[in-house]
Amino acid sequence: MTTPATDVPLKVEGLKVYFRVRRAFGKARSIKAVNDVSFELRSGETLGIAGESGSGKSSVARSLVQLTRPTGGTISLSGAPVMNLTGQRLKRFRRRMQMVYQDPYDSLDPRISVHDAIGEALSVRGLARAEHKGEVIQLLERVKLPASVAERYPNQLSGGQRQRVSIARALAVNPEIIICDEAVAALDVSIRAQVLNLLKDIQHDTGVGYLFISHDLSTLRFMADHVAIMYVGRIVEHGTSEEVFSNPQHPYTRALIAAVPSVTSRGHRRLKLSGEPPDPGNPPSGCPFHPRCPEAIDQCRTERPELLTTDGAQKVACHVVQLGRTRVAASGESA
Amino acid sequence: MINLPENELNAAFTASEPTVLSQPNFWRRAGRSLLHDPIALCSFAFIALLAVVAIFAPLIAPDDPLRQFSNGLSYVGAPVSPNGHFLLGTDASGRDVLSRLIFGVRVSLLVGVVATGLASLIGVVIGTVAGYVGGVTESILMRFTDMVLSFPILLFCVALIAVTGPSTRNVVLVIAFAYWTYLARVVRGQVLSIKEREFVNAARTLGVGHVKIIRKHIIPHLVPTIIVYGTLGVATSILIEASLSFLGIGVPLPQASWGEMISEGQQYFQSAPWLLVAPGVALILTVLAFNLAGDWLTDILDPAVQEVGS
Repeated sequence: MTTPATDVPLKVEGLKVYFRVRRAFGKARSIKAVNDVSFELRSGETLGIAGESGSGKSSVARSLVQLTRPTGGTISLSGAPVMNLTGQRLKRFRRRMQMVYQDPYDSLDPRISVHDAIGEALSVRGLARAEHKGEVIQLLERVKLPASVAERYPNQLSGGQRQRVSIARALAVNPEIIICDEAVAALDVSIRAQVLNLLKDIQHDTGVGYLFISHDLSTLRFMADHVAIMYVGRIVEHGTSEEVFSNPQHPYTRALIAAVPSVTSRGHRRLKLSGEPPDPGNPPSGCPFHPRCPEAIDQCRTERPELLTTDGAQKVACHVVQLGRTRVAASGESA
Repeated sequence: MINLPENELNAAFTASEPTVLSQPNFWRRAGRSLLHDPIALCSFAFIALLAVVAIFAPLIAPDDPLRQFSNGLSYVGAPVSPNGHFLLGTDASGRDVLSRLIFGVRVSLLVGVVATGLASLIGVVIGTVAGYVGGVTESILMRFTDMVLSFPILLFCVALIAVTGPSTRNVVLVIAFAYWTYLARVVRGQVLSIKEREFVNAARTLGVGHVKIIRKHIIPHLVPTIIVYGTLGVATSILIEASLSFLGIGVPLPQASWGEMISEGQQYFQSAPWLLVAPGVALILTVLAFNLAGDWLTDILDPAVQEVGS
């Protein structure tokens, strides 16, 4: 709020994405895939969003690039609202926010060569056909692929190469923000590291902001400046990467971090998650995490906790944390 | 006889990743498969032969198909059986059966190919628009398709011809209007799955226009489906044309057409069986060739089979 709008290219407030599901018999019901999600993304920074499958991470991404129309809330880019755009204005907006998709085997059209795939993006930018060739080679160079890749088809490339082509295609329209929806999840660990480093280099050079969606916390720790943890459509913990990873507050965050072997959870009790995430069409009353939470108190069953700033800088939506963590401390000693 | 093995085809395509044609070794693989499949090879050879015969009919046919020979009828006025001059005998009007058969290829292929081409065009356009746009547009287009589809195809053609009058052009139009529905339904299903794929989303988020997305990212993936349905459609169209001619509302007389020859021949079945056998066998072989070629194309364009093969 105190920062000028120009420093915040992307500002999301109260984003809601509901899906209406109609059954053959019975009423239509709505699934709240994303419910009241707010965050900001500054130029040159990376916001990581983590959560289990079904937590609404991808719905956030898809509604930001307007593949899904959000049900409510506001999205603004450089201070200007970008909701409900149509026609030419939508096309112009789309250029500013790009997405790198999860599946490198599906995100490139198998019938279109790398040159033509990137060329398509260049045409959108308004570049004449004659200028495509040089620009394509430059973009390939930027993602550290040889120029010879331009003539290849996706089925002649490896997963890592394909993902680099996807990144080059996204860069072709000079976006301010790139959304990486599980962009490295399908890659081998060694290739994953290369692609992540590449993304960091690109950010360093161009000042592009990343919204990095991943279920893999070690990837996020490497990439993100800020982290938001989502659970059943809501953000339950939101702070800087340092705050969230070194001092996780929400029991769900602690459980997630404890579940990652490579991320040290020293100084925190290891929490084990049992059970499945709830059905977003029929979330539990109160705090949606309470059926799986080992620290749940009566208030959790009836009243949904707000996302509030705690003694640390990060925001947490948890009654127990907000009550001063007395119970946590007590049970921690006895354990 | 006009029903297509639609379920089979759907099964072959719904789960498919339609990337087969872009495989670099596709044509080599197709050629090798054809050499190891004598039935498919014969089918394609027969289709090629038919095409040559149709194009060069006036050069190949021994006589004018419309000429009534004075020696073409016996002294009691009956058709002449096959002999040195009339290789397949003559018909009740004293015309050479072989020449009529050869000129009949022109009608069959013309009707088959043009009607199927037209039907494919309509079917692909309607199916693609319905699948891509969705919503009310899809409902209206697909209910209309269902409506046309629900008519018995032959009865539908008879009714339409009765209104428009028999002519080669009308026969083509009527068959096309009856057959496009099959393609529209299959294409719509394919488009529904293709438009959810990430590369289509990627193009949308880039800001590529809808028309360009359909042209560059959707239509190319429909090509295998169109080829297979087209091949089978030619066989179906030839059969419908023969049926219409048999009923006397096909290609107008005295132009030679196989259906009309069968219709006339069945009156003389006992005294002159060649009148029925010659066009009948030609029709069976042609339809069989197109069907078998279509089957082979289904297999070769089906990625599941390809993975096993390589």
